[in-house]
This record gives sequence, C-alpha cells and structure tokens, in this order.
Amino acid sequence: MSATLLGTGTIPAPPRHAVFWLGAIGLGVALVVALRMIGNDYGYFAGYFVLQYVVLASAWNILGGYAGYVNFGAAGFMAAGAYAAIALRKATGLDLMPGILAGAVVAGLLGLGTGYLTLRLRGVFFSIATLCLAVVLQTLVVNWDYVGGSRGAYIVNPMEIPPFVSWGEYMFVVMLVLAIGTVGVARALEHSRIGAGLAAIRDNERAAEAVGVPTLRLKLSATTLCGALMGLAGAPLPYYSGYLNPDAAFSLSYAVNAIAMPLIGGAGTWAGPVIGAVLLGTLQQAATVTISSALNLWIVGWMLVVFVALFPRGIMGWFRRRR
Amino acid sequence: MDPQLSLLLNGIVSGLLLGGLYAAAAAGLAVSFGMLDIVNIAHPALMVMGAFTVVVIGTALGLDPLLVALLQAPLFYVIGIGIYGIYHHFFERRGEEALQGLAFFFGVMFIVEVGLVMAFGPEQRFLDPDYAFITWRLGEIDLPLRMLVPAVLALTVVGLLILWLRRSFTGLAIAAVAQDAEALRLMAVDPVRIKRLAFGISIALAAMAGGALVVVQPVEPASGQIFIGRVFAIVIMGGMASLPGMVTAALLFGVVENVTATFYGPSWSPAVAFGWLLLVLAFRPQGLFGRAA
Repeated sequence: MSATLLGTGTIPAPPRHAVFWLGAIGLGVALVVALRMIGNDYGYFAGYFVLQYVVLASAWNILGGYAGYVNFGAAGFMAAGAYAAIALRKATGLDLMPGILAGAVVAGLLGLGTGYLTLRLRGVFFSIATLCLAVVLQTLVVNWDYVGGSRGAYIVNPMEIPPFVSWGEYMFVVMLVLAIGTVGVARALEHSRIGAGLAAIRDNERAAEAVGVPTLRLKLSATTLCGALMGLAGAPLPYYSGYLNPDAAFSLSYAVNAIAMPLIGGAGTWAGPVIGAVLLGTLQQAATVTISSALNLWIVGWMLVVFVALFPRGIMGWFRRRR
Repeated sequence: MDPQLSLLLNGIVSGLLLGGLYAAAAAGLAVSFGMLDIVNIAHPALMVMGAFTVVVIGTALGLDPLLVALLQAPLFYVIGIGIYGIYHHFFERRGEEALQGLAFFFGVMFIVEVGLVMAFGPEQRFLDPDYAFITWRLGEIDLPLRMLVPAVLALTVVGLLILWLRRSFTGLAIAAVAQDAEALRLMAVDPVRIKRLAFGISIALAAMAGGALVVVQPVEPASGQIFIGRVFAIVIMGGMASLPGMVTAALLFGVVENVTATFYGPSWSPAVAFGWLLLVLAFRPQGLFGRAA
C-alpha cells in the first residue's frame, strides 16, 4: 500500500483536540434540539440508523484504513455485541449501559482471539478468517436457545424515560454519544504514535518491523479496538428495535456497509468514514421507502466496486486533489 | 456388524464422497488463490451462481445437471476473463491488491449473492436427476448415487486438470507465473495473458462445481457463505498451489465434517469448517504436507 494512496502524504496538521471536541459536542446538542423541534419519532429512528453506521465505519477504519488489514466480519462483531447485551440482561437483569460495556468487551476479546490466531501471517488470512467468523457465530446463536435461538429475543422497553421525551430520543442520544466518542478516539489515534505505527504497517510492514515498530502488538491492539467498537455499535441494537433475531443481527447490510462506507468516504482518515456513513446511511434510509431492501444493498455493492476501482482515495481524495 | 462401527464406516465413506464435492469447489480456488495469488473470495458465490444457471437451463431444457454444468463452463470462462480484466486493470497493475483488491472481490461476491436473491428470491432451488434416488449397497455401506456421481465427475475433472497443468506448455506457464513472472516474460510468454487464461479456467471450474452442488443438495443464494471457510481451509491445508494436496485435504475435510455431523448433529458443520481454518492458520499455514518456510 503506497503512502500516497491512503495517507496524507504531507505532514498532518497539529491536532486541535479541544476544537474538535467542542465542535462535535456542539453539533450533537444542535442535532438533539433540532430533532426535538421536529418532534417526530421517525427522526430519532433515522438518526440512530445513520449514527450506528458512523460507529461501525469508524471502527472498521481503525484496522482497515490505518493499518491496511481488511475485516470482513463487521456483522459478526456487531451481533456479538448485541447478543452479549441480550445474554447479560437474561442472566442478571442489567440493562442498556452495562450491556453496552459487555458488548464491547465480548466483541473486543473476539477480535483479539481472531487476530492472535491469524495476524502473524499475511493480512489476507486474517480477512478470510473474519469472513468465516460471522457465519460460525450465526450458527452458534441459532443453536443457542438461551438467547432465543432462531426465534429471536424480545426486550420490553419502558414507555417513558425522563428527562428524554421518548425512548426513541434516549436511544438516539446514547448512539450519538457513542458515535462522538468513537470518532474522537479514531481521530486522536490517527495523530498519535500508535497511528503512526499503524500507518507504517500499512505502507510497508517489513520495513516497519525492521525499524523497531512493534507490529504484532500494534496489530493486535487495533484488532481488539476495532472489534470492541463494533460491539459497541451492536449492543444497543436489541434495545433499539425491541426484538432481535439472528437474521437481523447478522444482516448482510452491516458487513457490506462497514467496508463500503469508509472506502467511499476515504479510508485512512477519521473524517472519511463519517462522510461515507452519513452519505450512504442517509441514502439507504431514504431509499428503503421507495425501493426494496435487496436492491438497496445491491446498489451499495456496486458503489463499493466502482469507488475502489475509480476513486481509491474516496470522497476525501477529491478534496485533497483540489487543494 | 456393531451399529456404532457401521455408522462410523458409513460416515467415513459418505465423507469421502462429500470430499469429492469439496475438491470440485476448491479446485478453481487452488488455481486462482494458490497459483496466481489472487484472493478471490467471490469464488463460492460464483459457484452458487453456476448452480442457479444449472437449475434454470436444466429445468428449461430437461437436461442432466452435470451435463449442463459442463456445457456452461465456457460461459463462465468468459465471465472469469472479464473479472480478471477489471481486477488487473484497476488493482493488480497499480499494486493495490491488498486492500482495494480484496474489497473489489468482496463487492463482486456481494453483488452476485444479492443479485441472485433479487432474481430468484431467497428460497432453495433444486433439480434432481433420475439417479438421485438410487443407492448402491456394498455390504453395510451405502453409496448414494446423489453423492457418488458428482464426486466421480469432480475427481475426473481435477485429474484432467492436473495432467494438463503438468504436460502442456500453458499448464507449466500457469504454475510458473506466480513464482516468477519476469522469467516467463524472458521466454516470450505474456504473464498477464497466462493469468487471464488461468483465472478464466478457475471460474469455469467454479461453475462446474455448482452443477455438482445442485445434485448433492438444494441451493439458495446464501449457500456460498458457508463454503468460503471450507474452500479456503482446504486450499491452505493442501499447500496452496498443489492440486493433489488439495484433493487429499478435501477428502480428509469431508470425512471429518461428515463424521462430526453423524455423531453430533449437522448444525455443527460450519463450526468444523471454521475451527479447521483457524487451527490450520495458527499451526500449519504452510499446509498439512508442506515444510515450514
């Protein structure tokens, strides 16, 4: 992978963390106020839909964009988070917040385990393993009656949760906080020593190893973080929809969107997955009203192929070129 | 005979027959992934596409599925050449196989699978030839023709492929292209042309495997997903570029999976595939028969 392809190619601007965090929080508050003024529950529904993809795409980007290792198992990691939350609720009665934590831990460990077994080899072996991971996890969940098996699991949500106007708004705010946190972590990582190490791995792993970059440790950290953040995106899913079955949790749309969004937005930059997720997420949310969901996904698949072929730097690349 | 032993023997025999199907499914991948170093994760999806075309053509014309599978192979050869053309032009030539190339094949896999859902719906499709309901018996051992005929065809095709790769100039060039493309160029052979041809053959093999798949079991658009783990595990276990190694690995894999299914229930077979893949990657990435690099 060449440095000019994904990396900035120039010295990155000094990170202005305070400006970013203030801007992100301001934008978040503005979104909540705007949706409350619209006052339609569908707004929260659509907002949550887009924001979960912001988390998922940013998580993929940490491993795929920064380090150049492709994770095909987004649906598997996301479902691991969702089912960890369901299992925790069944076992202990703890609800959303501990569930999110459990989802992140379980999915993170899953990432660590898969990475530990395959990352010492060429990157493609890791990719192939993640591709199979989702299939196997789905088999396990279908056969696991405790979390509902193939029938699915129900979660009854409370009608009111003050100070929020509705459960929908509450879920939206939770996902908004997770999304801002994930993007912030990804951004901080990109400009840190770890980010520089991951970029070195992406550009030339052997050279990185030779100059003393601890490649295996960095790759394992990135895989664990990537898995944990994907679990984070998945854990609120059963609470959001009130019902979850394996088909919905392991939906193909998570697998393809987690890859298409960062690559279309511009992999290797923190803003790329955000742009991709907002753009593709909004388009798909708007399109489900008019066309079938299969056609919808088909279009995403074609967009992925066209973008990686013609615009390997994604939408972010257009801005860079113009400068 | 002891019923447990009889069950085990039958499990092993039908596992070998299942291994024949897996050899067919993995043969094309051993060419593309093993020899050409092209990580074609869309291979099982294209096999399922071949299975669907077999069902459509076979039903329309009333032909045997395996015959249709052989007849449609040239069509898939052309599709394979097209896919390789795009892959080479946009990714291989630019040295962007690792991330963009993988994403490209993932996109192809996805487009094929969702395209099949849109064209045929998510239901299972089947096409049973007359012999599918006949079972030969050798003592205690059952030999269902539904499994035997595809396995024999698959192993014949793989055998012919091995002979061709060893005896013909083009075949030797295919084996050489991944090792040293420059040396081929010095012998006035265009490595890109050789790779294009070999990739076309790998997709034609996928289409034939699709025909074998239809005879063995009903197919649905998502059938390819479970084959990804299997075929990659088999090709890696077999030592990547070695077709005899691939066949041995496929037969072994079929036996292990089938015996597991016999004694623990068929719902665990995807876990067997994945477990093997992980174990192979963790402990013997050079294949069962290879030496550590």
